[in-house]
Amino acid sequence: MNIPAQPMATSSVSVGSGESRVSKAKDKVKMNAQDVKVFYGDAQAINGIDLDIYENEVLAFIGPSGCGKSTFLRCLNRMNDTIDICRVEGKITLDQNDIYAPDRDVVLLRAQVGIVFQKPNPFPKSIYENIAYGPRLHGLARRKAELDDIVESSLRRAGLWEEVKDRLDQPGTGLSGGQQQRLCIARTVAVSPDIILMDEPCSALDPIATAKVEQLIDELSESYTIVMVTHNMQQAARVADRTAFFHMGDLVEVDTTDQIFTNPQDQRTHDYITGRFG
Amino acid sequence: MSISIEQRRQHRLMTIEKSLAKRHRKENAFRRMGLLAVVTGMTLVAILFISILMRGVPAFWQATFYMDVYFDPEVVQLEPKPERESGESQFAFNERYSQWLTRAGLVNWQTLIDNALEEALGEEVEPRQLRDLRALVTSGERYALRDRFVEDPSLLGQTVELKMLASANVDVWIKGNIDRDLPDARQQLSAQTRTWADQLEEQGVIRNAFSTSLFLNTDSRSSLASAGLAGAFMGSLFMMVVVIGLSVPLGVSSAIYLEEFAPKNRLTDLIEININNLAAVPSIVFGLLGASIFIGYLRLPLSAPLVGGLVLTLMTLPTIIIATRASLRSIPPSIRQAALGIGASRVQTVFHHVLPLALPGILTGSILGVAQALGETAPLLLIGMNAFVANVPGTPLDQSTALPVQIYLWQGNELRNFFEARTSAAIIVLLGLMLSLNALAIWLRKKFETRW
Ligand SMILES: Nc1ncnc2c1ncn2[C@@H]1O[C@H](COP(=O)(O)OP(=O)(O)O)[C@@H](O)[C@H]1O
Ligand SMILES: [Mg+2]
Repeated sequence: MNIPAQPMATSSVSVGSGESRVSKAKDKVKMNAQDVKVFYGDAQAINGIDLDIYENEVLAFIGPSGCGKSTFLRCLNRMNDTIDICRVEGKITLDQNDIYAPDRDVVLLRAQVGIVFQKPNPFPKSIYENIAYGPRLHGLARRKAELDDIVESSLRRAGLWEEVKDRLDQPGTGLSGGQQQRLCIARTVAVSPDIILMDEPCSALDPIATAKVEQLIDELSESYTIVMVTHNMQQAARVADRTAFFHMGDLVEVDTTDQIFTNPQDQRTHDYITGRFG
Repeated sequence: MSISIEQRRQHRLMTIEKSLAKRHRKENAFRRMGLLAVVTGMTLVAILFISILMRGVPAFWQATFYMDVYFDPEVVQLEPKPERESGESQFAFNERYSQWLTRAGLVNWQTLIDNALEEALGEEVEPRQLRDLRALVTSGERYALRDRFVEDPSLLGQTVELKMLASANVDVWIKGNIDRDLPDARQQLSAQTRTWADQLEEQGVIRNAFSTSLFLNTDSRSSLASAGLAGAFMGSLFMMVVVIGLSVPLGVSSAIYLEEFAPKNRLTDLIEININNLAAVPSIVFGLLGASIFIGYLRLPLSAPLVGGLVLTLMTLPTIIIATRASLRSIPPSIRQAALGIGASRVQTVFHHVLPLALPGILTGSILGVAQALGETAPLLLIGMNAFVANVPGTPLDQSTALPVQIYLWQGNELRNFFEARTSAAIIVLLGLMLSLNALAIWLRKKFETRW
């Protein structure tokens, strides 16, 4: 799809020139949410959201702070289960299977739907152990050589191999912030998930590290479905195929990134991307 | 007239300078107060330690006789120690042997000591002076002689140099722990005994020797000089084993459950409040509880280290639970999220990541709790551990006392001149044990601390 020649005059976001991505064909629905509601105690944080997530797309969630982006993201691999007061209603499917079904094991789900957090959180262990933990946990490698293999390929995918290959036995927490975040991505990649969720993965990073992670997301989207939260609209414009705008617990609008930034259908979306609030 | 910006700056400068002086004064005052508090505390601790050391250290050495003892066949009229004959049944042999032991017990071993003393003094002691003579060596030594002979009957007819403890009063006299100018009526020893003691010390027969009896013997009431800590030490050791074996696994696992798994609701809130309250319950209450439950209801034996250990476990549990929970809580949630996000179960998350990181804190808290239990006296009094026990307990069910209780008993002994020092010596042993436990805590903390 091409960028319209005339971006919206009021837009504070530049999506012109070669920065934007060319969207891939999307046909297969990977995940589907129907009427998802989330409550923290008595307070409702998500008011009934319907959403399709397509295979191998990069989908960005944008919206003002506190609108429920992280909350909805965490529903997708049931990380909300770890919050005592949190209750999820509605139906979410992964490959047509209900992930909240009573017989569904979250361990398998989280191996299929991995997550990367806002603040890099490597384990206080060696770089090697950080990557090897997941595969070992799930019994993915039977021999040391296989494990070495997984570690190397995961680090390569995260674009970190060249930087750390000589110090795999050193602490992961000794890396720079950007490297730590890529280590966390490699750690997620190591269990070969179908989908990678990312909650503002660059907000704690400097611009150069951010650029690297964005490039990495672009590369990973070849083989993974990526759902990311970002507070940075330029970032959404740069890396996302589609963008979803959240506002006060509602999913206001979801469309191709170009469409959202150049021709939003909802007044609230328009106000947000033109910088009227948020 | 409006104020110029220059005047405002001047004003600002003066105001801040003035307030700065005040701020510095306050800071200095606070710093001095803190220093004073630290110095006061350290001084008190130093005084405590120095006074205990000054009183206690001399008790590690005791007035001891070095004498030639002749195992006179005239006195030791005993047939040879029985050997098991061929064809003799084990039972018959045991019978014969115990009869021999009984006769060995009837030998007048004291006479051997009397003779040795006469030899050392170089004078004949008249029968009416025997009392004075026998006040020199502590009464337990005759049984030590018997035991030595039973062990090795070939001593018969031989002369060997033996170490024998002086009686407590002689020790006090020799060390100058009693006023030598007191009149006879107020001296514990007769004038004759005192003269002999001085003479023998001059001759080098009585020397100040390291007191192994303090560590190897149990408490004694008939032979005060040989009263030792072995029984109390073993009792405390058994109790520690029980406390560590029960309170650490129980406390740590309940803390893990409460902190990591239990839902946060009214019930867990209630449990939390109660645990905090339990930590503040005076220890003597736990003693009462233990007496009524373990002894009154479960019919466990009185004075047993097992019961003591159970009571101290009850007392230590809240401390360990609180320390463990605090330690778990200090592990950043991001670590848990990281593990959960990869697909680790809650249990795996806790055991692979949270617990190893919390371990130093858990160990420190547990050891401090156990050390506190080691020094606890009051609850033990209520379960009968202040009984006089003359045996080293072989199992946690045997009667026994404990180190802090032994200290309590000794400091109340009527032979104050002797037991004041011995009490301090026992305190030093207890403090040494505590310090080693604390050192262990520090070492473990260093060892398990994640260095990144
Ligand atoms: N753990 C929690 N407990 C209670 N309320 C929460 C929790 N996490 C988020 N919320 C609430 O849910 C709403 C949505 O939050 P969140 O999903 O974090 O927003 P966003 O990621 O879009 O900034 C907010 O009102 C927030 O206060
Ligand atoms: Mg958020």
